[in-house]
Amino acid sequence: MNKTNRPIVLEAKGLTKRFPGVLANDNINLKLHQGEILAFLGENGAGKSTLMNMLYGLYTPTEGEIWIKGEKVEMSNPGDAIDRGVGMVHQHFQLVPVMTVAENVMLGSEITSGGGRLNMRKAIQNVRDLSEQYGLAVDPTAVIEDLPVGTQQRVEIIKALYRHADILILDEPTAVLTPQEANELFRIMNDLTAQNVSIIFITHKLKEVLSVADRIGVLRSGQMVGTAMPEDSTETSLAELMVGRNVILQVEKSPSKPKEPVLQIQNLHVRDDRGHASVEGVDLEVRAGEIVGIAGVEGNGQRELVEALTGLRHADSGKIIIDGREITHFNPRQITELGVAHIPEDREKHGLVMPYTLSDNMVLNKYFKAPYAKGVIMHHDKIDQNGQVLVKEYDVRPPNIHALAQNLSGGNKQKVIVAREFSTPTKLLVAAQPTRGIDVGSIEFIHKQIVAQRDQNVAVLVVSAELDEVLGLADRIAVMFDGRIVKILSAAEATRERVGLLMAGSEA
Amino acid sequence: MTTQTDSKANISQWLMVFWRSAAVPLVAVILALLVGAIILLISGANPLAAYSALAKGAFGTPIAFGRTLEKATPLILGGLAVAFAFKGGLFNIGGQGQLLVGAIVAAAVGFGIDGLPFIIHMPLALLVGSLAGAVYGAIPGALKAYTGAHEVITTIMLNFIAINLTDFMANGPWKDEGIVARTPAIAEAAAIPTWGNIPIGFFFAVVAALATWYLLYRTTIGYEIRTVGFNSNAAKYAGIGVSYTIILTMAISGFLAGMGGAIETLGVVGRYQPGFNAGLGFDGITIALLARTNPIGVIPAALLVGAMQAGSSQMQFDANVPFQIIDVIQALILFFVSADMIVRWIIRVKPEEGEQVTLSTSWG
Ligand SMILES: Nc1ncnc2c1ncn2[C@@H]1O[C@H](COP(=O)(O)OP(=O)(O)OP(=O)(O)O)[C@@H](O)[C@H]1O
Ligand SMILES: [Mg+2]
Repeated sequence: MNKTNRPIVLEAKGLTKRFPGVLANDNINLKLHQGEILAFLGENGAGKSTLMNMLYGLYTPTEGEIWIKGEKVEMSNPGDAIDRGVGMVHQHFQLVPVMTVAENVMLGSEITSGGGRLNMRKAIQNVRDLSEQYGLAVDPTAVIEDLPVGTQQRVEIIKALYRHADILILDEPTAVLTPQEANELFRIMNDLTAQNVSIIFITHKLKEVLSVADRIGVLRSGQMVGTAMPEDSTETSLAELMVGRNVILQVEKSPSKPKEPVLQIQNLHVRDDRGHASVEGVDLEVRAGEIVGIAGVEGNGQRELVEALTGLRHADSGKIIIDGREITHFNPRQITELGVAHIPEDREKHGLVMPYTLSDNMVLNKYFKAPYAKGVIMHHDKIDQNGQVLVKEYDVRPPNIHALAQNLSGGNKQKVIVAREFSTPTKLLVAAQPTRGIDVGSIEFIHKQIVAQRDQNVAVLVVSAELDEVLGLADRIAVMFDGRIVKILSAAEATRERVGLLMAGSEA
Repeated sequence: MTTQTDSKANISQWLMVFWRSAAVPLVAVILALLVGAIILLISGANPLAAYSALAKGAFGTPIAFGRTLEKATPLILGGLAVAFAFKGGLFNIGGQGQLLVGAIVAAAVGFGIDGLPFIIHMPLALLVGSLAGAVYGAIPGALKAYTGAHEVITTIMLNFIAINLTDFMANGPWKDEGIVARTPAIAEAAAIPTWGNIPIGFFFAVVAALATWYLLYRTTIGYEIRTVGFNSNAAKYAGIGVSYTIILTMAISGFLAGMGGAIETLGVVGRYQPGFNAGLGFDGITIALLARTNPIGVIPAALLVGAMQAGSSQMQFDANVPFQIIDVIQALILFFVSADMIVRWIIRVKPEEGEQVTLSTSWG
């Protein structure tokens, strides 16, 4: 719907942000209208998060002005933004896991009654009221760590609303949500805008943009290269506007020619962090030259399965065999040395050392081997060369091997991991959420790489919460539900509907 | 032509980097001296006279300078011990205990063996003393790796054990003849000599600092230690033995502290005597923070504190200022270095923007 005739609640005029050596935002103008959902698209490193962080007072603009509700504002920290009704939900939630929803919500603006005592009852009531007003369905007395990711995100939204935010910034909120949770979020976003809350929404998923946005802004290399209306756009046209070339959204591959089995899993049982049975008797085989995709709603044992395969988690019982050798109780180093590459699900937790440079991160799996080290002495010239080559080949931006991983945009962090894991000779590739947070152009590239690995006789196991990704990539699809593989389908048998039903636990 | 501009750019870049890392400690020291001056003024002393007496006592004569180096030596090693553990994500408060163990074991090797030539005896005593420190440091490392016991707690407790254990040894099994509780003097061949006024032990400490830097930044061992320190999950993912690395880090840290104690014994005191090494290990924490945990930075930081300690008696003598003012200044330095936001605010050196907002790094 066109809402551009409504009052402007937030405006950026000529915003520019320069980091040492990087022009992250270049003279950006934007207007957000009351009750509007403005979606932002852009390649990894285009400057979306930087722009949002300026609007939220986390970064100070190098140049330019921010106007909120008709007033020019200078913000030096998020507190200033919150005072003006701007709230932001980051990808990594800022919640205290052991505290309740209500405690988290009022943290920092506690309600007290006489003598500084906390008034929990009032806080709980306030949270309940907000939850009802906007249809958020959150129990104020629940403890955060017991809640699924989607609900935790809604707690973040309540936190903002509780501080009277009427401008909400959501930076890639759907990257970690299941499709169901994402739909729920979109319904909430619509309820919010119906009550005059205005929303800026960042995502890499073009379908989402088309279904929820009122207006679309596209960033490329720090510049605003265009705006579009969803009714005049298609996925293809948006992808082209973002990347500046034609993007193939479908994965192109020939039929697989599976060879000998590389990975064999027999009756595997694994527990989760809390000691609950999580993988309960999985049997699976992946052959050289095929891609097996695991489809499933997150939290059905996929994470524990992958961690057991890669030596990060102890298996209770059952067998894991790689290349004919039982590796069930091997450590991660022994498993890597057999030729297993692993793109981990949580890139910040496992995949990267944030304060390290890109070149140091790109040898995390081989720093101890020649030519990167001889004996214990490391050879930094070789390490830098390796970084240089990979940065170029995988189009990491900025292409500076001495940049710190923590200063990269989300998608570029992912590219660093993918580059590293693809750079060693591999027999088995285990890729968990390989394209989470990645722009469409780079997804195309990474998918091509995965298929290329397959065609060189690598056995590939892909775990993804994106059903489209699994359906597009996999030659065989294993559906995981409640700790078990409930069905294995060939690519031809696997329709969206059928896999969807299986994922929900019903026989199909 | 291009090379010239390149090298110019390099120098200015280098200066920038230097300023970024050294600005806070330098300003912290200046602020501490200023506040110290105010305290001196209030207590009726002349700060200028006091500070110039201090400088004279530290650098005024070759003997004074030698004493400064001698004081700085265990401080370098204690500072290295703390800084090194820091790189591995560990806070070693047990430098004092490791230093005491190193000191008494070096003494035992020094007085217990007779007839070895200098070229063997001195290095042997130094090495065995340092290794004793390493073993004593490895204990809290192992406790952390296998039981999760926090190293801050266990190292503090092990300090008490070390104090009592060394007291007992010096008053019991290893007691010298006579009434004083101390070990016998070490053999001459075990003593670390001086070169003119310059204690050779100081060079050992400097070499240790360079070696520590090399180990951390140029070897796979250092890469593993730093990886575990920054992100133990990523370390595990990379196939690094996290438990082993934690123990190794603490052992090396203890080795450095133990070496500090051994050099004190072999180069300064000449035996082990309870109370002679008090506080040296704790000063290491100040030094490490002042050096921003940079192994090379530990050298100037230790020299500064060593100079203040060496000059304090001259200051007391000439300017009639109680030497405890040095403790106050040292505490102020620690305060300003730790509260670096205050210093940054004064000199307007911002931390890099990424540093402030780690919370917002994300998928997005
Ligand atoms: N703190 C920082 N220091 C230096 N450079 C930075 C910093 N933060 C971001 N950058 C750089 O600014 C550019 C824009 O980054 P930004 O995070 O805004 O991208 P993005 O559009 O959000 O990308 P993504 O889709 O991958 O999340 C990138 O080149 C990034 O490396
Ligand atoms: Mg981003």
